[in-house]
Amino acid sequence: MIQLTIDQKTVRVPAGTNLIEAARAAGIEIPALCYDPGLEVVGACRLCLVEIDGFPKPVTACTTSAAEGMAVHTMTPAVRRLRREILQLLLDNHPNDCLTCQQAGECYLQRYAYEYGVTFRVHDGARRGSEHARFTDTSSPYILRDESKCILCGKCVRTCAALPERSVLSFAGRGFMTKIAADLDQTLEASTCVSCSRCVVACPVGALIDRRQREKRVRAFSAETTTVKCKQCDYGCEFEVLQANEARVVRPKAPSGGRPLCLTGRLRAEIEYAGDPKTPYLKRETDKGRKFERVTWSEALGLGQVLQRIQEEEE
Amino acid sequence: MKLARTDLKAIAEKTIEYMHLRGLPEDHPEGPYKKAVIICRGTGCTSSQSDKIMERFQTLIAADKNESSIEVVRTGCFGLCEAGPVVIVHPGGTFYSHVKVDDADIIYREHLIGDQPVKKLIYPDAVLEDGILPYSEVPFTMNQKRVALRNCGHIDPERIEEYLAHGGYQALEKVLFDMTPEAVIAEVTASGLRGLGGGGFPTGRKWQFTAANPGPEKYVVCNADEGDPGAFMDRSILEGDPHTVIEAMIIAGYAIGAAQGFIYIRAEYPIAVQRLEIAIRQAEDAGLLGDRILGSDFSFRLELRLGAGAFVCGEETALIASIEGNRGMPRNKPPFPANSGLWGKPTLINNVETYANIPVILMNGAASFRQTGTEKSPGTKVFALGGKIKNVGLVEVPMGTTLRQVVYDIGGGIPNGKAFKAVQTGGPSGGCIGAEKLDTPIDFDSLKAIGSMMGSGGMIVMDEDNCMVDVARFYMDFITDESCGKCTPCREGTKRMLEILERICDGKGEKSDIDRLESLAVTAQQASLCALGQTAANPVLSTLKTFRDEYDAHINEKRCPAGVCTSLISFFITDACIGCTKCARNCPVSCIAGTVKERHVIDRDACIRCGICQDVCPVNAVIRK
Ligand SMILES: Cc1cc2nc3c(=O)[nH]c(=O)nc-3n(C[C@H](O)[C@H](O)[C@H](O)COP(=O)(O)O)c2cc1C
Ligand code: SF4
Ligand code: SF4
Repeated sequence: MIQLTIDQKTVRVPAGTNLIEAARAAGIEIPALCYDPGLEVVGACRLCLVEIDGFPKPVTACTTSAAEGMAVHTMTPAVRRLRREILQLLLDNHPNDCLTCQQAGECYLQRYAYEYGVTFRVHDGARRGSEHARFTDTSSPYILRDESKCILCGKCVRTCAALPERSVLSFAGRGFMTKIAADLDQTLEASTCVSCSRCVVACPVGALIDRRQREKRVRAFSAETTTVKCKQCDYGCEFEVLQANEARVVRPKAPSGGRPLCLTGRLRAEIEYAGDPKTPYLKRETDKGRKFERVTWSEALGLGQVLQRIQEEEE
Repeated sequence: MKLARTDLKAIAEKTIEYMHLRGLPEDHPEGPYKKAVIICRGTGCTSSQSDKIMERFQTLIAADKNESSIEVVRTGCFGLCEAGPVVIVHPGGTFYSHVKVDDADIIYREHLIGDQPVKKLIYPDAVLEDGILPYSEVPFTMNQKRVALRNCGHIDPERIEEYLAHGGYQALEKVLFDMTPEAVIAEVTASGLRGLGGGGFPTGRKWQFTAANPGPEKYVVCNADEGDPGAFMDRSILEGDPHTVIEAMIIAGYAIGAAQGFIYIRAEYPIAVQRLEIAIRQAEDAGLLGDRILGSDFSFRLELRLGAGAFVCGEETALIASIEGNRGMPRNKPPFPANSGLWGKPTLINNVETYANIPVILMNGAASFRQTGTEKSPGTKVFALGGKIKNVGLVEVPMGTTLRQVVYDIGGGIPNGKAFKAVQTGGPSGGCIGAEKLDTPIDFDSLKAIGSMMGSGGMIVMDEDNCMVDVARFYMDFITDESCGKCTPCREGTKRMLEILERICDGKGEKSDIDRLESLAVTAQQASLCALGQTAANPVLSTLKTFRDEYDAHINEKRCPAGVCTSLISFFITDACIGCTKCARNCPVSCIAGTVKERHVIDRDACIRCGICQDVCPVNAVIRK
């Protein structure tokens, strides 16, 4: 075990623990947009900068391992200033859309902007993504992608690549024009995306949205949420059931512990728990490329033959 | 044919026989040739047809049945690219500049056959009243010291024999048979050599760290990405002397315990790539690469990896990602490549120029190497000298040489009688140094202390006609495009800094812009992931410090003192106008009025500030204000 102090609090953590987790153990939360304990650490958003006695300049807490005797300061004026400026840079490139954003209440950018008192500004500088198009990719019935809200934390890329056979999303472009692309910069429909929605769960902002949830106009902060286990296979992925007024929707939950998530599981959870579930779609290879097609529930769940047999048996 | 130890010397001696004409080495046996024509085949001269010039000489010699005593030699860069295409005739080192294909016939007839140097084709500064200076004695060359470039311009880079004749692969032989890996590292450490790719990290220490990590799989990498605008030091070394880098990498492999090396070079360097391919093949054929090198127990292989030309891929962790086949994005350090590099294995990454010094250090010893340069920055540094300077080209100077010496003694000062304003070192990561700091010695620490940096070796001179806000804008524009996009302060911050600089140049700057610039600069410096973002604001901060008055003039008076920012200048015709109508006829928007022999007037509202009128006016009556 390693002993260190974080904001004067003494804490003991196993060797190799990074400073975000060490701080968490001391009850201190360090803001971070690109960090996820289940994913490779990249240190991209730079929000988790902290000062450490004896270090010449701030370092990112996510990429720094706790060391014996370290004295870490997470809230110095210097790092708070840097965080505010980084948040401002993100907001300067982000539409002012919290009122109608599906992610409101769950959005980490919104949360940190609130905590640090950083607001949207009017400016005539460049903006990435399409400012006017509400969603830049509406080709999938399951996932809405809005490039203008993307903060390029790369979580979707890493969570998609965690299953090598998926690896649909990647970074494309350079500099300010960097963006996330599906396969060879295709729409989600044309790409090899399997609609598992891992990326939607990972996205800290409203750039990747669960379309079926949005179509029912249910936001998490005004809903009652329960967790259910998927019965499709042995992995036991989890889904959340959100109940608000008359509406009840099902959405995937973070795929912890190597669980993969899949579309079939999601649809199965929907038919079981959602009120008035929306029509399912499946992706088909056609001569015009990959296309989403409306299917029946039995097709969606691969139950055609089973149902027929059941019917026959019962007759 | 695989070579044994003894073969090295035999080939060297045999080759020297015909190389003696080129002035090196002094004590030579008589060879078969009486004259030698040396032709620069670096990228600069080749792009102005030195390949055709070379063919012409070869044709002329072949056509002359009696002539077999003239040697035609292709070499790498001589340095004075400004004078290219460059041809040198030995004996005597006669230096022909700006040679055209047809000039080959004249030089052949008059000088090579007739023994009379062709005065009108000789580089003007080499022609004295009482004689002709050889290339080695013109002021540009005299004040340099060539270590990394020692063979460039002397040997044919496509012939391993000539490298051997110049002492090539002797350091390798010495290392393999007479030195332990520890002794090699100790020698490199004692030399004090520091990384010449820009960072200045002590090379010996880096080798030590990589060696200390347990093997068996380790890698040696050469960083030949060289993406700074205007830089061509590494390219020139690879074009002029590829074997020196290969020899150094084999030595490095032996020292750190690696059996595999990679040279990461940008695909935009076709000549360098081709010469490296040839050199690697020759070294393999000679048994200098491959299994049991020169009969020793040491084996080492070398491969090229071509980069797609992203500036950020020169950053070592991005370079590693790129070799591994991933997107070239830097990652957080530590772990450093010495601990976890290519495919997670200990990896030694050095720059081309750093490697080029290694054979010299091991051949002549650390003490001899340290005789050049300063205590903390021993040795030399190669610079690509460009901008508003008379002698544009490649220079190598001892560390500790002052900027003034490079600009005036070697560079020949500012052309056209203009006044010096600043010199920029370190490329997009460096800073602009004003006249009052011209006596700063060139070494890693002194340049850093004045807000610039050594960088990989771009050196751009600016005169009174350069607008320093525009210069800052230029570098920021470069960085904004080249940022990998991974981290927020660099990706977003550089764009916002660029927008502010563009606004200032456009006459729309506000007082608060300077504060905002400084704030963004500090954030990029403190919070960016890699050195690209951390140094991105250096051009802005250094110009703000030294040329604040120019920023103020743009913002407060809406005036560009250097007359560069088009939104802030206007053209005006003085009473020197003779009414020749030339400007009016050339104006693309026909906004100049006036009749023959009378003073012309520009309609400032319609003027698009293209400057054509100023260029065409025969009496300099058009001025910009
Ligand atoms: C943005 C960026 C670009 C770089 N480009 C180069 C380059 O083109 N060539 C190079 O040798 N080093 C480059 N470097 C430095 C390398 O990361 C590394 O420090 C160097 O290759 C180490 O070799 P050295 O110690 O021999 O200098 C670059 C660094 C950064 C941050
Ligand atoms: S500083 Fe710039 S180049 Fe370096 S990681 Fe960040 S975005 Fe990429
Ligand atoms: S500056 Fe150009 S546009 Fe203006 S008057 Fe002269 S030639 Fe015409």
